[in-house]
Amino acid sequence: MRHIIFKIVTLKAILFMTLDQLKIGQSAVVQEFTDDFLSLKFIEMGCLPGEIVKVVNIAPMGDPIAIEVSGYVLSLRKQEASTVVVTILNDVILNKTI
Amino acid sequence: MIAKSHTIRIALVGNPNSGKSTLFNSLTGLTQKTGNYAGVTVEKHEGKFNYNHTSFSVTDLPGTYSLFPKSLDEEVSCKTILSHAPDKPDVIVIVADSTNLKRHLLLATQLIDLKIPCVLALNMIDEAKKQNITIYKTELENILGIHVVFVDSRKKTGLEELKSKILNAKDSHSIFYHFEKQLNLFPNLKTYKELVELQFNCTDEDSKKIKQFEKEDNISRFHKLNYIIAKCIKKPEQLNKSLTQKLDAVFTHKFFGFIFFFFILFIVFQFVFFIADFPMAWIEKSFAYFMNVTSNVLPNGELNDLIVNGVLAGISGIVVFIPQIALLFLFITVLEDTGYMARASFILDKIMQKFGLNGKSVIPLISSVACAIPSIMSTRTITNWKTRIITILVTPLISCSARLPVYTLIISIMFKDEHMFYGFNYKGIVLMLMYLLGFGMAFLAAFILKLILKSNEKNYFMMELPVYRMPQWQTVFMLVFKKVKLFLFNAGKIILAISIVLWFLVSHGPTDFPVKFKNDPTALKTSQNELNAQKLESSYAGIFGKKIEPLIQPIGFDWKIGIALITSFAAREVFVSTMATIYSSNTSNGNTTLREKLSSQKDLITQKPIYTNAVCWSLLIFYAFAMQCMSTLATTYSETKHWKWPFIQLVFMSILAYGSSFIIFHLLK
Repeated sequence: MRHIIFKIVTLKAILFMTLDQLKIGQSAVVQEFTDDFLSLKFIEMGCLPGEIVKVVNIAPMGDPIAIEVSGYVLSLRKQEASTVVVTILNDVILNKTI
Repeated sequence: MIAKSHTIRIALVGNPNSGKSTLFNSLTGLTQKTGNYAGVTVEKHEGKFNYNHTSFSVTDLPGTYSLFPKSLDEEVSCKTILSHAPDKPDVIVIVADSTNLKRHLLLATQLIDLKIPCVLALNMIDEAKKQNITIYKTELENILGIHVVFVDSRKKTGLEELKSKILNAKDSHSIFYHFEKQLNLFPNLKTYKELVELQFNCTDEDSKKIKQFEKEDNISRFHKLNYIIAKCIKKPEQLNKSLTQKLDAVFTHKFFGFIFFFFILFIVFQFVFFIADFPMAWIEKSFAYFMNVTSNVLPNGELNDLIVNGVLAGISGIVVFIPQIALLFLFITVLEDTGYMARASFILDKIMQKFGLNGKSVIPLISSVACAIPSIMSTRTITNWKTRIITILVTPLISCSARLPVYTLIISIMFKDEHMFYGFNYKGIVLMLMYLLGFGMAFLAAFILKLILKSNEKNYFMMELPVYRMPQWQTVFMLVFKKVKLFLFNAGKIILAISIVLWFLVSHGPTDFPVKFKNDPTALKTSQNELNAQKLESSYAGIFGKKIEPLIQPIGFDWKIGIALITSFAAREVFVSTMATIYSSNTSNGNTTLREKLSSQKDLITQKPIYTNAVCWSLLIFYAFAMQCMSTLATTYSETKHWKWPFIQLVFMSILAYGSSFIIFHLLK
């Protein structure tokens, strides 16, 4: 039993991450937001749970980042990106779903 | 249907980057007017057109992402849409980018739910066709319940159809909002419109409820939109955005991105400060000629003097700035229109953040090289209150074009053309130094303000990086024209008024003033120059300048500079015309330039030159840092809605200017 719980916890740690941790070219699915105010802005900008986001650019000094979402490119700071919980999409899965 | 008896008022509403301004230009052409919204300085763009014997008036509202505003700009749009005033819009034209419909349609569904007559203009349809995007218009019309028109505002296609559909605009029967959620949270409200209106006038508790509603409502809207998009739009699987990606690889590159940014700045400054010199010289020469002719044609006397030295001199002082300001606005508009400015904000945000600013402060800071007033107005896109206040407060420290004539005059007193420094002209180096000093001080002040100002507000920076586009020249020129016109009439009025007042103060004095010089026998013995100097000294302006002399003596200024400091409060460049007025009465030879006159000024007692290097540097520093612009203070007030901010701006800049000038004067003396 303990073994299974441990497995689930590690699996979650691998799958769930925040948007700021993605590397250029990586895609992920938005799951939830940890900040109430910013969630309103994210949703308004078309970045809502279930959407696929892709990191397309990172500014020369490491911050802000640019993501492709809902068919356009949005730039945001890592601080804001860290309030978006995502599950990373494997490139193989991505090519099949899109 | 709308009554055809009166002018039909249309408001253009859409997301930023939906091509709204271009559509506005295509619809209204040369009939545009720029004004202000009551109480706020948000620029209001209005225009007219006629179609089918009906006249239409069009308002271009600031871009907004939803009816729940997150910035001042958006608030203005929402309030105008919801307005109950008699001049409220009759028809809303929703402008959406055909290549990215999903996010643009969110606002459209919200507007439809307000139950006001709407038409949806799907803009940039040619671009969508190029990307192989097919939009099924009738399907979309059926679902949304409003007329949908394909337009391309750049190629001006679909405009006639849009006009006819506006005439037949109707409110939709479709409903997109989360009706049950609204009933749960707000049992007393009957419509979506009432709910949207509530946010501008509600308690904290209501505001929380509205936010909860907004979130769930928007999510449900996007779910519906996914369905609508699937039904009405056919898109190729892989979007073709290669050009934007290739350009971004250069413009946001770790190394070349910055090189390119500074290269652009370099080009802009070259144009603004060197190329603009030629038309400015022509304007100056033509005015000088015109003033000469006028003064010969009109009979001698007070009126002649007023028109030539008061009015015409004042107008020439304003008009001469047009080439510089127009060129700077042209560059900024083109950089924004092509999408480059968003990239500049993107690469510079991290540095700006260290100083309490953000990437969106880049545009206001650069445009303040022309004039602080439009820059302060352009801070409205900064959503964070603290960042916006800091940007507004430090913007006037950057040397604006009004300081340029002052710098040019003072630097030319200190250095001759033949002064070279390793092959570079000294004048150019000092001028560049003054601009760097302005930028440096702005950043330093921002850093200090960042530590002082407290704010609980969330600091966030989210911005669309639009696709690169070729600038639409007609729109660009129209915008530049409107901005120049605004400068000419707003700042120009004050400058003109001040130069007339100044003319009076310099040429008139207390009652015995003219008599004394006519009848005083000793006056005849002294030379003409000294007579004129005495005349000026006993004029109102002279008396006033002498009153403040003790205050400015510690930083090396005499009463003549004192007069110029006071008049500079209207606008800094008035310094030059004031000095010209003060010293023109000092010499019988009209051909000597102001620079020559100033450098030859000697103290009457000690016979040492008045304009020493210490005085000149003190003046330069003073003009770089001092808050000498009433229009800027007024703009700060109207943008912040509080007297506290212009007051703080005035006090900290005055202390900074006086202190720095004091130090530099005593170091060099």
